[in-house]
Amino acid sequence: MSQSQEERSIRCLVAKVGLDGHDRGAHVIARAFRDAGFEVIYSGLHKAPDEIVQAAVQEDVDVIGISILSGAHNTLVPKVIEGLKEYDAFEDTLILVGGVVPDEDKAHLKELGVAEVFGPGTSMEQTIEFVRENAPER
Amino acid sequence: MTLSTQELLDGILEGEHRALARAITKIENRQDGYRDIVSGLYEHTGDADVIGITGSPGAGKSTLVDKVAKAYRDRGLTVGIVAIDPSSPYTGGAVLGDRIRMASNVGDMDVFFRSMSARGSLGGLSTATADAVKALDAFGKDKVIIETVGAGQNEIDIVQAADTVVVLVPPGSGDNVQMLKAGILEIADVFAVNKADMDGADRTVQELEEMVHMDDGHVSVAAGHHGMGVDTEVDMPEKGNESEETIEPWETPVLETVATTGDGVDEFLDTLQAHADWLDDTGQIQAKRRQRTAEEIRTLLREDAGALVEGEIDEHGGVDALAERVLDGETDPYTIADEVLDPVAACLEREN
Ligand code: B12
Ligand SMILES: Nc1nc2c(ncn2[C@@H]2O[C@H](COP(=O)(O)OP(=O)(O)O)[C@@H](O)[C@H]2O)c(=O)[nH]1
Ligand SMILES: [Mg+2]
Repeated sequence: MSQSQEERSIRCLVAKVGLDGHDRGAHVIARAFRDAGFEVIYSGLHKAPDEIVQAAVQEDVDVIGISILSGAHNTLVPKVIEGLKEYDAFEDTLILVGGVVPDEDKAHLKELGVAEVFGPGTSMEQTIEFVRENAPER
Repeated sequence: MTLSTQELLDGILEGEHRALARAITKIENRQDGYRDIVSGLYEHTGDADVIGITGSPGAGKSTLVDKVAKAYRDRGLTVGIVAIDPSSPYTGGAVLGDRIRMASNVGDMDVFFRSMSARGSLGGLSTATADAVKALDAFGKDKVIIETVGAGQNEIDIVQAADTVVVLVPPGSGDNVQMLKAGILEIADVFAVNKADMDGADRTVQELEEMVHMDDGHVSVAAGHHGMGVDTEVDMPEKGNESEETIEPWETPVLETVATTGDGVDEFLDTLQAHADWLDDTGQIQAKRRQRTAEEIRTLLREDAGALVEGEIDEHGGVDALAERVLDGETDPYTIADEVLDPVAACLEREN
């Protein structure tokens, strides 16, 4: 017998990688996601790409949001994506990047598999809407 | 990519982290197939020692769990952790903050850490936790740790999925100790006064010790943990005629730890091992697991029966319509209950 008792909730990892100590944006986003009814796991500061991958795999998140304001996105984001691929977790995880990313780098990140880049001043509603619409069907 | 139930089961038994993670998600969401997963895992469970850690928010549970996991890894053991955080009653959302303390085990996949939210319907949480523990057990983890916020009866139920229950008490919580008397005392197998580097630790240790000793007289050996009407006779395996031999009761130790530095963690692990040994030596582990399984069966049946009844209520036009009829003076709740359940009862009636 299989009753339909399903309770789904979008799970997000909000991740800070590398030496970047700017955490206001990450906190703001984490809180906004929580208020939108998502379950948020915040990585804390100064995580290595490996740790982010470990957390994403174990927590089986639908969404990884990497917050980078240090300018190191071009080296750190690919490492996270590689790690996800290693665990077969790349394809059905929505990958977002937020923070300070110059326009000319955005295309490259998207080629790698980042779904969207959210810069300073993006509205929360927009971001949450994007997650709701693009969170993977599992 | 959607993994089938069979693929998930195979994956878990082959040690794939992704499969384990996805299975826990299904268990948590009660997604289609989760029952088959748990059923399939069952025969592979029973080898892990399950440790529950509870205590008020900020007591240092997550920090201690991190150090404990590290210490187990240093002893060559693998570890699974389920950490439960409350969710917002308004949005259902949550920031699950326990993982942030997992600083000692970075990049070590042999520590599998999973955050869980105490979602709205608390009823199912203890079942989901127990099932997630089973997944970690079947995966082959030597030690499985449950961390939960120590508040309310639900939490007590959750932590009882553990063989050994640790209650963490921060120092200077004189009021806390008073509060502990209501309910927590019975479930504690070990007390740890964490933050022993802070003032008042000695006094808290002393208060807890007094409390434990005062209670000595009436801690029943067998069921110990609130009996639930299951028979409390003690199993004495292979003791034959000497069954009069009395079991050495477990005296709840009071330890001191400093989770931030790791002081006291080795002694803490030794104490957990001593309790596990005591459970084995006295046969209490069987009694405990039997009681726990009985409770699981009951909970499951209650949920399933509840779901069946919901279906019947819908057949009768929904609970709101029924309530309306009562308010209109047409009938009363008891009559309705009979109406809804009579056909079910009729089906179940047996010839005696
Ligand atoms: C406040 C600030 C600081 C504070 C940080 C306090 C803290 N705990 O966060 C302090 C003073 C400590 C600081 C220090 C430094 N800073 Co500073 N700092 C800023 C500043 C002025 C604002 C950042 C901020 O908090 N904004 C408010 C938050 C809410 O916005 P946000 O982070 O952008 O987040 C929004 C979006 O980006 C997006 N978002 C962000 N993360 C995520 C994640 C997800 C998943 C999603 C969906 C969206 C998302 O949504 C948020 C809401 O809209 C920026 C300039 C700027 N205007 O961005 C410089 C800036 C980021 N800092 C900069 C620099 C250089 C530094 C220092 C190196 C300076 C120095 N030489 O010491 C240090 C480095 C510190 C460190 N360890 O990393 C540079 C970075 C240059 C670069 N990327 O190439 C900037 C851009 C200033 C500049 N124009 O030069 N800084
Ligand atoms: N001084 C001191 N602080 C501690 C100790 N253990 C934990 N903490 C701090 O207490 C705070 C709460 O710890 P946390 O593990 O998150 O508590 P939890 O809510 O019970 O999981 C953190 O800031 C820890 O660094 C300890 O033994 N001594
Ligand atoms: Mg915690």
